[in-house]
Amino acid sequence: MIGRYFPAIIIFLWALFALAGPWLPLNPDNIILSKILHAPDFNALLGYDDLGRPIWDRLVMGARTSFVVAIWVTAISMIIGTFIGASSAYFGGWLDLFVVRIIDVFLAVPGILLAIAFAGIMGPGIENVVIALSIVGWVGFARLARAQVLALKHRDHVQAAISLGTPSFTIIRRHLLPLISAPLIVEATFSIAGVVIAEAGLSFLGLGVQPPDASWGSMIRDGTAYMLVAPHMVIPPGLAMVLIVLSVNLLGDRLRDILDVRSHGRKN
Amino acid sequence: MLNYLASRLISAVFVVLGVSCLVFLLIHFVPGDPVEMMLGESARPADREALRAALGLDLPVLTQLGNYLTGLLTFDLGQSIHYRLPISDLLAERIPATAQLAFFSILVAICIAIPLGSIAAVNKGTKWDHIAMGFSLFGVSIPNFWMGPLLILVFSLWMGLLPVSGNEGITSMILPAITLGTSMAAILARMVRSTLLEVLNEDYIRTAKAKGLTDSQVIWRHGLRNAMLPVITLVGLQLGTLLGGAVITETIFSWPGVGQLTIEAIQRRDYPVVQACVLLISLSYVVVNVLTDIVYALIDPRIRLGEGE
Repeated sequence: MIGRYFPAIIIFLWALFALAGPWLPLNPDNIILSKILHAPDFNALLGYDDLGRPIWDRLVMGARTSFVVAIWVTAISMIIGTFIGASSAYFGGWLDLFVVRIIDVFLAVPGILLAIAFAGIMGPGIENVVIALSIVGWVGFARLARAQVLALKHRDHVQAAISLGTPSFTIIRRHLLPLISAPLIVEATFSIAGVVIAEAGLSFLGLGVQPPDASWGSMIRDGTAYMLVAPHMVIPPGLAMVLIVLSVNLLGDRLRDILDVRSHGRKN
Repeated sequence: MLNYLASRLISAVFVVLGVSCLVFLLIHFVPGDPVEMMLGESARPADREALRAALGLDLPVLTQLGNYLTGLLTFDLGQSIHYRLPISDLLAERIPATAQLAFFSILVAICIAIPLGSIAAVNKGTKWDHIAMGFSLFGVSIPNFWMGPLLILVFSLWMGLLPVSGNEGITSMILPAITLGTSMAAILARMVRSTLLEVLNEDYIRTAKAKGLTDSQVIWRHGLRNAMLPVITLVGLQLGTLLGGAVITETIFSWPGVGQLTIEAIQRRDYPVVQACVLLISLSYVVVNVLTDIVYALIDPRIRLGEGE
């Protein structure tokens, strides 16, 4: 029974720590020189890092970074991607041909590589991470929205709305978007998992948030230099990330199953 | 068949052209003046103008794009600002290491995915299926920049079996290849499971069983062989993700490939090299996929016939 609610509990805790972080009694930047690389004790359950800062406090701060980036990137990608994909399919013609070519080009460049290149060229910082990952992220939503709208735009209710003279964007917003929202939500779930890993990856390379701010990626990078003497620096941030990505992926799988079952039910 | 080849090649040419334009645009995303970013604020005005002219940044944007594309046609990727060498030479030096890493990672992925996916498919719904697919889900969720350091910690630092980094013979290949191959293995295992399940429902499998073949003969000779084609296509499609991941994996293990060059170039603000690396990795991905599609169409007539519908 615990297994069933495990993903939900992990995701809830992640969101809780991320949102409540600023009000918790944490000292992520508090340097205690005598505690450098110190193993876990009663005052710091996960020990101290190479500057003598408590790892648990930094882990919570990192949760905030990954949560904020994941939500922003997914929201921006979803809005822009859905808008482009849905209008492209709805209007068709040259616009659609053009959009399909652009999507093909973006799919040809490995996403993380493009994000690394953009983040590297724009310079480090959390805003640039969000921009770089959104530049990569909109494509998946655009492709999905386009395919869905193509399949739906000849439905009777859409044709009826057109014949009543309803403006195009109203049709997309009111008569098409509600029907394609289910697969988009599933895509958004997987996008969150991808963005959590990508943000940490950029921070691992030194292209993400800058010190003293914490990211799980930069915590792992700092920890690799002291792995032999202080493995407690590397293990917690990675474990937290794996738990969250695993939970979000499980949630996505389950959402997809639920939504598939419903669409089968409709057909029969 | 010719129609299929032609349409596939034409769309690939569009993609190549598009990727080149996208990569060209990268340098225009530098905040402020790219020349100032590359040389620093203390550079002499004469040096700045020289670099600006060398990069062609003083010309109108469309002329720059034209020059860039004609340069690509002659494999002229420009000069590295840091190394003061032609970028094509730098890349030629780094390509073998990345190709080697990609090859061994794919090998690792296939060696894990086929047994894992087959076990799951043959024992569908049992605990073996759940264990195999749980392992696969775990493989997708574990980032390579955490797995790499953990492998180094266990196998290099604690057990002292394998080198920590660098490229000295086959032993230094093992950890990077496992790091990079795991997520592909996880995705492939799911694909092997689902295609094998489909194949095992076919009539010829029932016939093979009826004529008295053992289960393992049925699976090896009739099942897996027919389940392989979609799996090979997926290897091609996943190559992009693999090459993207190679950038991080090469950095972890100081592997002297194109990925490490990309990160070094970013740190040194050697933007022409960044552009060239992104272009090279993307183009090799496009080319491999076109080749996969063509080979697939040659082998399997259903593909090229299906295209006409």
